[in-house]
Amino acid sequence: MSLPAFATLLERLTFTPGRNAKLALLREWFATQPDPDRGIGLAALTGELVFRAAKPGMVRELVAARSDPVLFALSYDYVGDLAETVALIWPARAGINAPPPGLAEVVEAMEATPKAELPALIAGWLDALDANGRLALIKLVTGGLRVGVSARLAKTALADWAGQEVAEVEEVWHGLAPPYLDLFAWLEKQGPRPSAEDRPVFRPLMLAHPLEAPDYAGISGATHRAEWKWDGIRVQLCAAPSGRALFSRGAEEISGGFPEILEAMDFHAVLDGELLVMRANGEGIEVAPFADLQQRLNRKLVSAKMQAAYPIGVRLYDILFDGAEDLRALPFDARRARLEAWFARTRPARMDLSEVIPFTELTELELLRAGARAAAIEGLMLKRADSPYLAGRQKGAWWKWKRAPLGIDAVLMYAQRGHGKRSSFYSDFTFGLWRPDGEGGRELVPVGKAYSGYTDQELLWIDRWIRNNTTARFGPVREVAKSLVLEVIFDAAQRSGRHKSGVALRFPRIARLRTDKPVEEADELATLEALIVGEEA
Amino acid sequence: MPHPQTWMRVTPQGLYCVPGDFFIDPARAVPRAIVTHGHADHARPDHDHVLASDATLAIMRTRMGEGRAGRTQQVAPMGEVIHHNGVDIRLVPAGHVLGSCQVVLDWQGSRIVISGDYKRRPDPTCLPFEPVTCDVFVTEATFGLPVFRHPDPADEIARLLHSLRLFPDRAHLIGAYALGKAQRLIALLRQAGWDRPIFLHGALLALCGLYEGFGVKLGPLEPVPLPQKRGAGGLLAGEVVLAPPGAEATAWVRRLADPVICAASGWMRVRQRAKARGVELPLILSDHADWDELLATTAEVQAPEIWVTHGRDDALVHALALRGIKGRALYLLGRGEEDEEPAAEPVAEASA
Ligand SMILES: [Zn+2]
Ligand SMILES: [Zn+2]
Repeated sequence: MSLPAFATLLERLTFTPGRNAKLALLREWFATQPDPDRGIGLAALTGELVFRAAKPGMVRELVAARSDPVLFALSYDYVGDLAETVALIWPARAGINAPPPGLAEVVEAMEATPKAELPALIAGWLDALDANGRLALIKLVTGGLRVGVSARLAKTALADWAGQEVAEVEEVWHGLAPPYLDLFAWLEKQGPRPSAEDRPVFRPLMLAHPLEAPDYAGISGATHRAEWKWDGIRVQLCAAPSGRALFSRGAEEISGGFPEILEAMDFHAVLDGELLVMRANGEGIEVAPFADLQQRLNRKLVSAKMQAAYPIGVRLYDILFDGAEDLRALPFDARRARLEAWFARTRPARMDLSEVIPFTELTELELLRAGARAAAIEGLMLKRADSPYLAGRQKGAWWKWKRAPLGIDAVLMYAQRGHGKRSSFYSDFTFGLWRPDGEGGRELVPVGKAYSGYTDQELLWIDRWIRNNTTARFGPVREVAKSLVLEVIFDAAQRSGRHKSGVALRFPRIARLRTDKPVEEADELATLEALIVGEEA
Repeated sequence: MPHPQTWMRVTPQGLYCVPGDFFIDPARAVPRAIVTHGHADHARPDHDHVLASDATLAIMRTRMGEGRAGRTQQVAPMGEVIHHNGVDIRLVPAGHVLGSCQVVLDWQGSRIVISGDYKRRPDPTCLPFEPVTCDVFVTEATFGLPVFRHPDPADEIARLLHSLRLFPDRAHLIGAYALGKAQRLIALLRQAGWDRPIFLHGALLALCGLYEGFGVKLGPLEPVPLPQKRGAGGLLAGEVVLAPPGAEATAWVRRLADPVICAASGWMRVRQRAKARGVELPLILSDHADWDELLATTAEVQAPEIWVTHGRDDALVHALALRGIKGRALYLLGRGEEDEEPAAEPVAEASA
């Protein structure tokens, strides 16, 4: 019965907005499903299940033979999703009492069945399932399963369920393959801890705390080292004799999108660094704004043209393993010396070292931080010189000291209800700025959306204000009277062809409600344009 | 034998029986009306004379107030023939909600059955649909697409009970229409063994009381309590709470313990519909016939001609044509607006 059970899990995960509820659903799955199905389900959710997928066109042909074309067209038009339409319209066949297939059975048969026999096989399964089961099956066999369960979430659920630390699960994870029999045996205390030696496995990252004013006193050049905080994505490079892998901060493998980095990993080490678009200019290397890097993210494959247009590199800042030697217990200074020696020896292509910025007092850095307007710098990192490399967020060891955010006073234009716990609140806000309307007056143009930054009290207030000042409704969206000014802060402004205003904001959030400010005094679009990175005067 | 088209007309107010000089489920106030059931898209206020089942008349009085449910009201006992201007009128059960009827009309040897809204699944809160052979069968097509095949209600209740076990710290808030859906849901929960009190939003209390008055046992029901203090939450963890659809979007809901938002409706079959409403647990539970039941019913009544009042008449008329049956879309206005249609916006902002 495991495919119907999997279908139920999928359905609930699809509709459940809350992280805790998702964890509860996953824990239940691990606790109640037998091997190997629970491991196959896990791999399917995290995108680690690899098998020969069927083409959506085949499913379409199957349903075409079983439904009237006019009725199918009307249905597809209404439902909007091919797999769901097929799952719903698939006619039950009288007299079918075959049991529904198991997950493992489906995955195995997809690999083993000759191509010509696949349609009959899939049709037989569809006959034996109900609508939910059919939808899960179609999404599974066509490789279209997307439920928003990250590997990180799945591992957290595994750790919760087994009473283990997530870091422990992370350590062993990447050496394993579906259906993870070793992993489950270990978590249920029925087997030894799976070994990860010599394989390119992800090691849990050391994370930083935001630096706040009360912490300033404890920081000086005697105890801490400073580096720029680059606005790229954190990556771990793992190269072992048995293979190479590039992992994101969330432990997802992203090797496929960056073949040139994999090619350059011609060594045996585990390194920590920042993935950036780096362009050579006259004097050296210039780091491009995050928007450039974005062009390269979330791609399974990348063309030669993309590689040339957005040359990718890694700025290294730590070394976890040199060969098979684990350096994580060494203090930062010692690891840095090992990193520099390793770099001098290895000279890897497409990589450089993160600069250590000399300082004695924090006040010197404060000036440097305030003056740093380069597009790709987010602020500074401060690392304790004597700290080992520890998994997770270790209070006091690593600090991130972000550049002060940018801000504008914008006008609330539209509001939308939130999800989950916020579904009774108008909590997503579209805000706008003034610009000339071409007829001598001014008009508001939307520049962004924010759904965080406010306190619970502020949300209550603003929710009531929206309900009392609604001028029009479009489904879940309300247009409001243009009379409330919000102070919006954000990390950067970038040019964007996709937005009506021509500007996109990084991490916009609400800093304050400016009920004191008349709407005429909200900012102009031109004020925001002056803040666009790389264009400031 | 006169063709039904000669004595039953489609007017802006709805279906009009010419020799009988009355309307069936008229959309506006008329001198004489027959009302199939109490949903607001069928039962309108302020008719001069209303003929309906006793339960439907009681529902109309509860919802519209004593003075607006028809100046004179006439109870038509189920199954009994009433002669009026040469037309024989008979009400037979439609299986939709308490008191819901089909209207069977005979005139000069020709018979029309106007089914109102109907379903074919067993429902402990109302009498089952009774097929009557006829010359023209007038049907709804709310779920008139082959993607709508309602699952077994018992399975949907099992999903709800499973969720209650998995999330004992959360209230389960189910959006359900005040007439029919709410009571059926309660009755199904009772059949499945849920004997704890079920908590009701104020908008559902009156009709649940009316059902009980008609002998439909609903078990212990309680109003949702007021929050401890203004804005406080945390109430009714592990309990079932029923409210009209849309209540989850109002401030009222904030008193409940981290509610799992559920909705009980046939529309929940399509994921986009559930997503758009922010539903966490969709329960596919409908008081209308699904696609298979629409086709089975039109076959069962053996009518050579089927008229479709509202819903997906395009698909149903096409499917009937494939079976050699003549289908005709009536395009009646204002139908499908209460029952089952998802509320676009909160309906219960003010009521507690
Ligand atoms: Zn109805
Ligand atoms: Zn209706």
